[in-house]
Amino acid sequence: MNTTRRTVLKSATASGVLAGLIAAGALRPTQVLAAEWNKAAFDAHDMPGALKGIGAGATADSKDLILRLPDIAENGAVVPVDVVSTIPNTSSIWILVEKNPSPLSASFDFANGALPEVSARLKMGQTSMVKAVAKADGKFYTAQKEVKVTVGGCGG
Amino acid sequence: MSSMNRREFLQMLAAASVAGAALDARPLLAAGNADALYDLPKFGNVHFMHFTDCHAQLLPIWFREPSVNLGIGTALGKAPHLVGEHLLKAFNIKPGTREAHAFTYLDFTQAAKTYGKVGGFAHLATLVKRLRAQRPGALLLDGGDTWQGSATALWSQGQDMVDACKLLGVDMMSAHWEFTLGNKRVQEIVDKDLKGKIDFLAQNIKTTDFGDPVFPPYAMREMNGVQVAVIGQAFPYTPIANPRYMMADWTFGIQEENMQKMVDEVRAKGAKVVVLLSHNGMDVDLKMAARVTGIDAILGGHTHDGVPQPVTIKNAGGQTLVTNAGSNGKFLAVLDFDVRGGKVQDFHYKLLPIFSNLLPADVEMAGYIDKVRAPHKARLEERLAVTEGLLYRRGNFNGSWDQLILDAIMDVKGADIGFSPGFRWGTTLLPGSAITFEHLMDQTAITYPYSTLNEMKGERVKEILEDIADNLYNPDPYYQQGGDMVRVGGMNYTCDPNAKAGSRISDMRLHDKPMAADKVYKVAGWAPVDPSAKGEPVWDVVGRWLRDKKTVSARKVNVPKLVGMKGNPGIA
Repeated sequence: MNTTRRTVLKSATASGVLAGLIAAGALRPTQVLAAEWNKAAFDAHDMPGALKGIGAGATADSKDLILRLPDIAENGAVVPVDVVSTIPNTSSIWILVEKNPSPLSASFDFANGALPEVSARLKMGQTSMVKAVAKADGKFYTAQKEVKVTVGGCGG
Repeated sequence: MSSMNRREFLQMLAAASVAGAALDARPLLAAGNADALYDLPKFGNVHFMHFTDCHAQLLPIWFREPSVNLGIGTALGKAPHLVGEHLLKAFNIKPGTREAHAFTYLDFTQAAKTYGKVGGFAHLATLVKRLRAQRPGALLLDGGDTWQGSATALWSQGQDMVDACKLLGVDMMSAHWEFTLGNKRVQEIVDKDLKGKIDFLAQNIKTTDFGDPVFPPYAMREMNGVQVAVIGQAFPYTPIANPRYMMADWTFGIQEENMQKMVDEVRAKGAKVVVLLSHNGMDVDLKMAARVTGIDAILGGHTHDGVPQPVTIKNAGGQTLVTNAGSNGKFLAVLDFDVRGGKVQDFHYKLLPIFSNLLPADVEMAGYIDKVRAPHKARLEERLAVTEGLLYRRGNFNGSWDQLILDAIMDVKGADIGFSPGFRWGTTLLPGSAITFEHLMDQTAITYPYSTLNEMKGERVKEILEDIADNLYNPDPYYQQGGDMVRVGGMNYTCDPNAKAGSRISDMRLHDKPMAADKVYKVAGWAPVDPSAKGEPVWDVVGRWLRDKKTVSARKVNVPKLVGMKGNPGIA
C-alpha cells in the first residue's frame, strides 16, 4: 500500500467526495449549486415524478450508457455507482433509486468538452432498481440495474 | 508400498481368498478397487490438481452429501442440483459402489462403515505426491475455505492450516472464510508465510477507499513449455455473508468486467491455458462461464458440490469447463490438458474421492498433524455425549447436527424459535459415536461464535426468512450467496422456492398456531454479523447441554413444507 499517495489523494479528492455527500443528502445541495438546484425533481416521491422533474418524457435504453453497480450491496448506506456515457454530446447525467423515498439521488451537468463520467455513493434502504439517465442533443437515454440490499449472514 | 507391490500383494490375497482362507470379502473388495481408483494415467502436457473448501479438516472424517439441493429456473435438473440416484444416473455411476458412496447420501451409515473415512491431509499428501511424480510441473490449487472449520485452525488463527498447505505443496490459492480472521491477519499470513511459496490470488478484492488491488489478480507459470495462467476469484459476497467489520478495508463483488480484462491481459502475455481458481459457487461460475470469454476451465468451490464431471459451457469465445470439487478434504480433482499448436486440444478430468484406508498416510504430514494437535489433545478429545442418530449438516433446509444445535440453544435460552446459519461445512457422525468437543467445534468454529437471544416481531422473522430464501433461490445466480437456508427450530413454515422475492414464505406457525406479524417472539441464534452483538460462544452453550444429556436421541429434523418441488431431482 502506498501511504504517501493515499494521503495526497485523500485531500485531492475532497471535491469528488462532494457529489457523494449530495447524493446521500448529508450536504444541502442548495448551498453548493444554488442556481442549478432542481427542487421539483429532487423532491419528487416517485420515479415518474422525478423523471418528469428532469424533463425526461420519452426515454430509450442505450448500451452506450454504462452503469456500474454491485449486484448485492456490501453496505446499503454507501453503494458505489459509476456512470459513463459514450453518447456524443452528453450534457447531463442523473442517477435515480426507484425505491428510495426521493428517487433522484444525483444530477450532473457537463460543460462543453467535459468527460461524461461520474462516480457517487448511494444510500439505499432496500433492494431496488437503480436507473441512470443521460441527456444528449435534447434526447434522453437510460440504463438500469437492480441492486439487492440484504440483512446478511448465513453464507457459505 | 509401491503401486506394483501392492497390486501383487492384492493378487496374493485374492488367491488366498479363492483358496478358502478366512478373509472378509468387503475390505478385499474395497482394497481391490484402489488401483482402479487412483491409477490415473497421465494425459496431455498441462496438469492441475485442485481441492477446495477443506474447512481445516486435517484428519479423515465422514461427510454426508446432501439429500436436498434444489435447482430452480434454468438450474432445474442440472448439475450441481442433482442428488442421490439422479446424480448417479446423470454421471453414469453404478449404485451401491464406492464412488456412489462418495458422491451421494444414499445408504450413508452402512456405506460409511464399509468404505471408512474420507479425506485427511496425510492421505491427501500421499495422493498428491503420487500424481506429481507422474505429472512433472503439475500445479496444486487450493480454492480457499482452508484456514477455518476446526478447533485447531481457530485456536492457531489459521496457522496450522497455513503450514499444512505449505507442506502439501500448494502453489496458488484463493479465499473466503480466511477473511473472518480479519484483514490484518490475512495480510500478515500472505506477507510472512506465503511469500514466495503460495500465490494468494484475487482479482475481485480492492481497497474500499481508492479501489486499489489488494492481492495479485493472477499468476503465470511455464509448464512443460506451455505458458499457463491462473486467475483468482475470492468469494464475492464475503462482507455480506460474514461480518463486514472483519474486512472493512476491502471491497469484493463479482467484478465481471475486470475478470474479462484479466483474461485478455494474460492471453496477451502469451498464456495458452487460462484457469480460473474460483470461490464464486457453482451457479455463479456457470453464469460467468457463459459471459466471460477466454477461460479454459473454472475450478470452482464454495457451494461444496462434489460434481463428478465438468459442465461444458459454450460462449462467444469458444467453451469453458466448470467444475466443483466438494468439501472437507473429501476430494482431489485432476485436470489434464493436451495443449498443442498454441491451444487446448482436449482434456481429461477426474474428481478423486480420498478414501483414507486406500491411501496410506504420508509419514511427514502425519507427523506434522500429530505435532500441531498434541498441545490440545485432551481438550479436543473430551467426550461430551453419545449420539444415537446420524449427525450431518449439509442440505438446503436443515440437518440433524443443526437440529441438535437448535434444540440446545432454544432449551438453554428459553426461546420460542431458534435460528442456526445455513453453513455448508461441518462433518458427519455415525450413530453410536461419541460426540467430542472437536466434533462440536467442526460445526461451530468461527471467529464470531456469539449465541444470542432476541425479541422479534413475526413480521421481522418473515423478513429474515424471505431475505435468506432469496440468497438461495433468486433465479439470477449473481444475486445468490451460496449458503443454505437458515435452519429454523420451534416454528414451521411453507416455502415456495419458485415464488418472487418477498413471497416465498407463508403459513408460519408456532406450536401449530399461526404466527402474528405484530406479536413478539423470543428467538435464539448464533453467528451474528452485527458488530455490536455479544454472547456466550455457542460451543459452550451446546457443550454444556450435551454434557448434561450424556446420550442424545436421534433428532427430529424440522424442515419446511415445500411447494412446487415435486419431481425436482434436487430432492430425495
